[in-house]
Amino acid sequence: MSQPLLHVRDLSLLYGPEKGCQGVSFDLYPGEVLGIVGESGSGKSTLLSLLSGRLPPQAGSIGYRSKDGEWLDLYSASEAERRTLLRTEWGFVEQNPRDGLRMGVSAGANIGERLMAQGVRNYAQLRGAGLDWLGQVEIDPQRIDDLPRTFSGGMQQRLQIARNLVSSPRLVFMDEPTGGLDVSVQARLLDLLRGLVRELDLAVVIVTHDLAVARLLADRLMVMRRSRVVETGLTDQILDDPQHPYSQLLVSSVLQP
Amino acid sequence: MYVAVKGGEQAIDNAHRLLAKKRRGDTAIPELSVAQIREQLPLAVARVMTEGSLFDEELAALAIKQAAGDLVEAIFLLRAYRTTLPRFSPSLPIDTAHMVLSRRLSATFKDVPGGQLLGPTFDYTHRLLDFSLLAEGAYPGPQTTADARIEACPRVLGLLAKEGLIQNEADDNASVADITRDPLEYPASRAERLQALARGDEGFLLALGYSTQRGYGRNHPFAGEIRIGDVEVWIDPEELGFPVCLGSIEVTECEMVNQFVGSATQLAQFTRGYGLAFGHAERKAMGMALVDRSLRAEEYNEEVVSPAQREEFVLAHCDNVEAAGFVSHLKLPHYVDFQSELELIRKLRQPAEGTRHE
Amino acid sequence: MNDLTQTPARDPAYNFAYLDEQTKRMIRRALLKAVAIPGYQVPFGGREMPLPYGWGTGGMQLTAAILGADDVLKVIDQGADDTTNAVSIRRFFARTAGVATTEATPEATVIQTRHRIPETPLQADQIMVYQVPIPEPLRFIEPSETETRTMHALNDYGVMHVKLYEDIATFGHIATSYAYPVMVDERYVMDPSPIPKFDNPKLDMSPALMLFGAGREKRLYAVPPYTQVTSLDFEDHPFEVQKWAHNCAICGSHESFLDELILDDAGTQSFVCSDTWYCAQRVKENNQ
Repeated sequence: MSQPLLHVRDLSLLYGPEKGCQGVSFDLYPGEVLGIVGESGSGKSTLLSLLSGRLPPQAGSIGYRSKDGEWLDLYSASEAERRTLLRTEWGFVEQNPRDGLRMGVSAGANIGERLMAQGVRNYAQLRGAGLDWLGQVEIDPQRIDDLPRTFSGGMQQRLQIARNLVSSPRLVFMDEPTGGLDVSVQARLLDLLRGLVRELDLAVVIVTHDLAVARLLADRLMVMRRSRVVETGLTDQILDDPQHPYSQLLVSSVLQP
Repeated sequence: MYVAVKGGEQAIDNAHRLLAKKRRGDTAIPELSVAQIREQLPLAVARVMTEGSLFDEELAALAIKQAAGDLVEAIFLLRAYRTTLPRFSPSLPIDTAHMVLSRRLSATFKDVPGGQLLGPTFDYTHRLLDFSLLAEGAYPGPQTTADARIEACPRVLGLLAKEGLIQNEADDNASVADITRDPLEYPASRAERLQALARGDEGFLLALGYSTQRGYGRNHPFAGEIRIGDVEVWIDPEELGFPVCLGSIEVTECEMVNQFVGSATQLAQFTRGYGLAFGHAERKAMGMALVDRSLRAEEYNEEVVSPAQREEFVLAHCDNVEAAGFVSHLKLPHYVDFQSELELIRKLRQPAEGTRHE
Repeated sequence: MNDLTQTPARDPAYNFAYLDEQTKRMIRRALLKAVAIPGYQVPFGGREMPLPYGWGTGGMQLTAAILGADDVLKVIDQGADDTTNAVSIRRFFARTAGVATTEATPEATVIQTRHRIPETPLQADQIMVYQVPIPEPLRFIEPSETETRTMHALNDYGVMHVKLYEDIATFGHIATSYAYPVMVDERYVMDPSPIPKFDNPKLDMSPALMLFGAGREKRLYAVPPYTQVTSLDFEDHPFEVQKWAHNCAICGSHESFLDELILDDAGTQSFVCSDTWYCAQRVKENNQ
């Protein structure tokens, strides 16, 4: 029986009555994809910020089991330890790729940065990793020296994914990774993500308001409404047989193609 | 054969002599006196004192004369002099509520207790060059009423505060850092920001304030109150055990009323920006107040989108002594750094030139 | 003492070396902290000096804080004692401190410099004071002071090598020729001031004490004697110093940093030593 990667108990951060999130508890296992769904204002972005170490909670705790098997209490740890985690064992894919990339340096530099931060000092090796990862995220390797602002939105997003995955993280946070992209571009990106997640055995926490994305990527779902988790369970169970009235509303309001 | 050139010292001495000559100009014309500058260029003196961070009208006038009219150079002179002065005692906060007013206005109400006191201002002049000033002559003073008295002028923002419409600025009695003694570190306290803005370049603050009015971080300012006049300066030395008045200085104060904030739990209230300058310096005080409010963006959870709202950008670049120094340092020899760049660019161009021949 | 060393009279209107004793003490405290943490930028309460910011006020405040009556001061700019700013600063200390001044590198106990390290190797009882315009090596990649402070604290220097990578991808070489960033004592990345990269090796394991002052930015830092200082690079693109195809037209040196001079309208070039004292010494020795 494998140990969980993330152990969350009673996590809370409220900005006002029912604004933010409260009383969230769950465990996340290696290789598991957890989707957090709900409409805007439900608290899912706040929850993601808490989980990824960006915002300190008002109550509750987050434990992370690092590569060496030791448990780290995320908010007792120092800022240095959290930042190191975010550069190495964790990844964070921003909704807007411009927030997650260095727009002023080349694609190759963007991908190589994590390796450089970890002490890789061989240019050929860094360039090799850049070419390799561009291939893996289906960007033409000839574009390795191009600036991200010359890329389309979908390409920028794929570059952001490569930039995160180059350090072989065990846990990746994603904030609406397909938001703002055309439907066909979304489909291609989701396909890519699904492949990478399986191949690299990544644990993922993905926030999305789009149930189609949740269906495609997530093993389990947490449905949030007004700062609380109203239902959790396997993705198929929740989407095919929602129990909570709000979940039912969410599922039924999805337009059928 | 090239022989190394010497003679830098002599060149410098000659440069100083030429400067003195340029400053003096045509010797057939009477020399400008420091007293004349002090009396007849009071607004220049005010600027030099404010940005020089030293209230001394005579020294400021001297600096203006020595700087041949270059006010930024004069400000530098005053600042350098200030470094050598011993610190005697901090004063008590000046009380502008009891200012002896020469000018007072508010744009927020048609009439306020005490009224609108125009005072000496360029505001209503027509900007037509007055050629009669080319000739010198006796100046006829204004008509004044023998027993003229100014009515009490309570603070306009105080009137708003009484109704709860604007937040009161609270004095938390915390000790105030002195940015001329200790290095400024970010994030800065409001007191430190106001110190930096008070000695900051008028043009820079004016431009930043202007940019907020044009949409780079709007905060809907109104001129709540502008006051110009004399305030007393008091110190309270430990040895005496009671406060002593040192005299009066002229200051300009501006309080802007800005966009209100509020939430579900807190009733809406106006916010404010504050500006203060030595002497008669209205544009500076107004610009400062606009930028002060702009830098409070984070305090009010406003989105920081413009340069005027970015503390590091504003505070790092508002000091014209620092700015002028660094810009003018480009005049210093840089031939060694440039030589390095020449060597590099020649090297970088080599492979490209090689392939072009293929 | 040779004829290049003079001892002027001190102007009694000023405190020794201009700054008041409290300020000097404050700066020395900051310097001790800097020496204890090699390469770390220590904030200090810099004062306005009679020279403009950007013209050496940081270096001058450090020199003023450490100068004693028995010191011998050398001041150079671009390697020369006779450039106008070096003259100006040397005169300033001659007037306010009355210390002996010299052009001879081995005779000096304190050397204030703008943008060069002397060719003559430094000794254990010498102190170099560098004038620094921008103390933060990360400044051009990250404009925010709050963020760069955090990066130093967390040893978060990946972005430094990103810049070097980008240079190689664009030009085929690292495109920094002066103010070339270094790693000090394997902990802090430091800007060695705008010395040409040619001079970087002189910082490594030097017997002298190196002090760096940035007056406008109000930061000082230090490299204690015998400290490891390595220039950043990649294994397969190692750090290289500049080389010239010419010798010095005056003394014939092939080892020193050379300044390029344009002699006529046709663009005829000549190269001479940047370090004027070193050059003059070699001429003297050649003639003996």
